[in-house]
Amino acid sequence: MTLSTEELLEGILEGNHRALARAITKIENRQDGYREIVSGLYEHTGSADVIGITGSPGAGKSTLVDKMAKTYRDQGLTVGIVAIDPSSPYTGGAVLGDRIRMASNVGDMDVFFRSMSARGSLGGLSTATADAVKALDAFGKDKVIIETVGAGQNEIDIVQAADTVAVLVPPESGDNVQMLKAGILEIADVFAVNKADMDGADRTVQELEEMVHMDDGHVSVPAGHHGMDVEADVDMPETGENADVDMTDTGDNADVDMTDTGDNADVDKTDEGGNAADAPEPWETPVLETVATTGEGVDAFLDTLQAHANWLRDTGRIEAKRRQRTAEEIRTLLREDAGELVERELATHGGVDALAGRVLDGETDPYTIADEVLEPVEACLDAES
Amino acid sequence: MSQSQEERSIRCLVAKVGLDGHDRGAHVIARAFRDAGFEVIYSGLHKAPDEIVQAAVQEDVDVIGISILSGAHNTLVPKVVDGLKEYDAFEDTLILVGGVVPDEDKAHLKELGVAEVFGPGTSMAETVEFVRKNAPER
Repeated sequence: MTLSTEELLEGILEGNHRALARAITKIENRQDGYREIVSGLYEHTGSADVIGITGSPGAGKSTLVDKMAKTYRDQGLTVGIVAIDPSSPYTGGAVLGDRIRMASNVGDMDVFFRSMSARGSLGGLSTATADAVKALDAFGKDKVIIETVGAGQNEIDIVQAADTVAVLVPPESGDNVQMLKAGILEIADVFAVNKADMDGADRTVQELEEMVHMDDGHVSVPAGHHGMDVEADVDMPETGENADVDMTDTGDNADVDMTDTGDNADVDKTDEGGNAADAPEPWETPVLETVATTGEGVDAFLDTLQAHANWLRDTGRIEAKRRQRTAEEIRTLLREDAGELVERELATHGGVDALAGRVLDGETDPYTIADEVLEPVEACLDAES
Repeated sequence: MSQSQEERSIRCLVAKVGLDGHDRGAHVIARAFRDAGFEVIYSGLHKAPDEIVQAAVQEDVDVIGISILSGAHNTLVPKVVDGLKEYDAFEDTLILVGGVVPDEDKAHLKELGVAEVFGPGTSMAETVEFVRKNAPER
């Protein structure tokens, strides 16, 4: 069964899962017709909240995403997930294991889960991911989650396809020097210290908060409203400690405690949302605690994500963010296309191998070759201007 | 222009169906497929046929490798096949079965649409080669 581009587009807009899956494959493979699909989908995008989840391997991302999807489904929302796992730089092969954790959404087709491998060529991965997200958005998913291993620049690019980025930090993930140097922390809109029932969670929460507040030192922050936030933040680790103590005693008590914390957090967030409408407030990255395996803290986590989404909308930053993202998209696309043209130009010069041979023979050097190859392009541009 | 950029990779779902906790074989196959340059999605243990179908459709895999060592293949494989048909995914998905399947059951499974049944002692190279040759053209 081979579906034409039109059939795929139609299928996606009609809610056909098979068409969506096949379209994402085309996007991923950059197969013939994928451009038409993405440009056809474009006008139908923009309604989904796009959430990026990143964090070191084993931080609990997949498990948390599973619980997030379940909670959204309970609220009657539909969910699309793109999970990216690394691929072998040698064979290109990959084992995509994130799906195993999706135990709470078994048999529910309204959670569309798609694994992608970081095929690692051309730097085109971020484009493919962003396009897959568009397909899910156009398909009509209310929430789209991008999950990726936070190990490098590439992943940061991917996550920046999201409106709201949450960074998961497992307890005991290094002292505050690590926190300072890990560039991935800078992209967080929300921190979640997952596995918060483990030893060392409080310390990690504290260190993250220190870092967040250190950042505040540079940005002048109006007092008043933020005072409240700080209080709420400071409360968190204490509650965490109590929960820890309770845990060892009886699991039940701990649950009750956690729910309380969740509710408090809710109230704070609603307040914040209200204030944000009055005056554009800067967003202070909250540090939350979650236990993804049991679902503790997940409600509060989702409320915070929602609060960030509201904040983006209320302050009008969503437009700026989307404009910047689209600009970046155009640039990336142009770079890829220009790369293609250059490859063709290279071929007319006898191919890159022959040119490399000339350099090795001492005839010329790479810079001269680059100038030569691009000469006709430059001539065209000069003629245009 | 996009043709030359095209990078196709064979996508496989390695699936454990039913109440069968023996996954060494599935792990070995997953690894062999990965090393062959395929993208492997591993289902995890104890999956219902519906889950396998859901995964196969959403992940748009070229190949499903069902590992069964419990003897329940005559019950479980037809359910997976039916589910795939329901989503129009049967015709262009290569279905393989691996595990302990008696010879007299093999013909029946093949009639259902299973492309090949790999028993104990099959070499990795043989399985990988079979997938390379028979992965559906899309």
